[in-house]
Amino acid sequence: MGLLGASGSGKSMTLQCIAGLISPDEGVICANDRTLFDSAAGINLKPQARGVGYLFQNYALFPNMTVRKNVEIAYRGEPRERDAAVNALLARYELTEQAGKYPVHLSGGQQQRAALARIFAYEPAVLLLDEPFSALDTFLRENMQAELKRIIRGYAGDVVLVTHSRDEAYKIADRLVILEAGRAVAEGKTQDVFACPQTIQAARITGCKNISRIRPTGRTTFFALDWGVELDAGAEILPAYTHAGIRAHDFVPGDFMPRGERGGGDGGERGGAIGGEYGGNCFSIEIEDVIRGQFEKSVIFRVPREAGQPSGHSGQPCAAGAESPGRMWWITDRRTGGAGGAGSEAEAEAVFGVNADLDPIRSLYVAPGDIMLLRG
Amino acid sequence: MVITPILISLKTASAAIVFTFVIGTALAYAVNRAGSGHVKSAADALLTLPLVLPPTVAGFFLLYIFGVNRPLGGLLAELGMKLVFSWPATVLAAVVIALPLMYRSARAAFEQVDPMYIRAARTLGLSETQIAFKILFPLAAPGLTSGGILSFSRGLGEFGATAMIAGNIAGVSRTMPLAIYSAVSGGRMDDAYEYVLILVAVSFLFVWGISVFSQAQSGKYRLNANR
Repeated sequence: MGLLGASGSGKSMTLQCIAGLISPDEGVICANDRTLFDSAAGINLKPQARGVGYLFQNYALFPNMTVRKNVEIAYRGEPRERDAAVNALLARYELTEQAGKYPVHLSGGQQQRAALARIFAYEPAVLLLDEPFSALDTFLRENMQAELKRIIRGYAGDVVLVTHSRDEAYKIADRLVILEAGRAVAEGKTQDVFACPQTIQAARITGCKNISRIRPTGRTTFFALDWGVELDAGAEILPAYTHAGIRAHDFVPGDFMPRGERGGGDGGERGGAIGGEYGGNCFSIEIEDVIRGQFEKSVIFRVPREAGQPSGHSGQPCAAGAESPGRMWWITDRRTGGAGGAGSEAEAEAVFGVNADLDPIRSLYVAPGDIMLLRG
Repeated sequence: MVITPILISLKTASAAIVFTFVIGTALAYAVNRAGSGHVKSAADALLTLPLVLPPTVAGFFLLYIFGVNRPLGGLLAELGMKLVFSWPATVLAAVVIALPLMYRSARAAFEQVDPMYIRAARTLGLSETQIAFKILFPLAAPGLTSGGILSFSRGLGEFGATAMIAGNIAGVSRTMPLAIYSAVSGGRMDDAYEYVLILVAVSFLFVWGISVFSQAQSGKYRLNANR
């Protein structure tokens, strides 16, 4: 299970409560039908009695002991089998050659493996991972993520991963809880939480860059007050929904759609959604800035608005919404610029209007199913 | 020059450091584990008093407690142990005076140990005793050792409280500092010179030893650019 949240949202605090390193004011903590803490019943097991393994951010290998000693000291099995068990653990975590070294002489990855070997020597019923990759550099991080996933698969107990990286949470956790200011704002299967975050906080933490207040204009349509555009959510807009979110990756350039399916001409209908078969979700844009990353480009754009122009569905003037439409983000493949459209660098330049000879992107499309309705 | 004061001083300081080290470390450990900040500050203040008060005040209190006309002193005398004006009294005085140094060094040394190691040890099922002896004390060792050396040197130079409770009996409780005092007041300046030189040399050696030792220790578990 993953615990995702910004720093200061109470993730590490939660882990420390489970491990018994700090005592919550009130509540109940259970693990595998065992009560670890219950303020009402006065139960508060010592950390030593909880059988909870804790992988610390900096691994907390005892600096005064060699790797072998670090693993040995946590061993709780039959004393006669200790050496064999420790050797097996060291071999499994590829630390046989490092057994006689002190932790300072290990690399970050070796330290993490040593800390894991030490935890498994203790044979905990629950494994807590506190930002396990934050101390590693990017190159090592990806290797260790793969390795940790493999280790978790082979481990029978429960695993709780705490992270502020949605990427890590998505890769490793099957189930996810999103924390904000000490409260769980969303929980469920990781894919579901990412697909339907339900709340603004959860949407933001799962990486949704575009969030707007909304005003319903029909059963499934709404006017986005911060973007100045009317969109179709493809689902009934219940009164509880006050905001809508669109992930920066979910836009498709309207220009790449076949001519016949594109709703009307680009230039003529500036200032609102462009109607048509796409449920009015095709709208013209004005690019403000482009940030080039190694693999993707971030396009920062606005929906241009001319006062008095009617918008797609209800004919209400856009001016009734935001006074100045807010910026939106579109993240797309670096080379093509579009979602599987143009291929060359030159064409990509054209996409952002640099090369006037080619048709620059003037409109974007978002599928109704990609619009997330959110509670405030 | 008579050599007995040198021997008595070394004997006193050596015996005293055993008590000072154990009691000081134990007190620091106990206070460190005490949760409340008020308890900690109160204990700190109380245990630092002998350091800031004149040693004669400590000597006065010791006399007050262990004097033969006092309940505790009287009880000990009944049992055949007359503490006042005896060699053990020099040890008692040295312990009381040096204890704050040991206590404060040990407190600082324990506070410097990253609590993360202690927490990690708890989640790995180590008992508090194991944690103390296998993790906390080894990690605090440099601070504990320098505190010990400091306390030993202080015990070696103890004068005021010793004079109050142990007196200045030649061959029994006349330590080097008292011998220097007696030599000077008796006009034997040459004797005083020799004692002073010895005391300065020994004290310098120990204090110098601390810095050499602590420098060597600081690199032990750390990556050191000089190695």
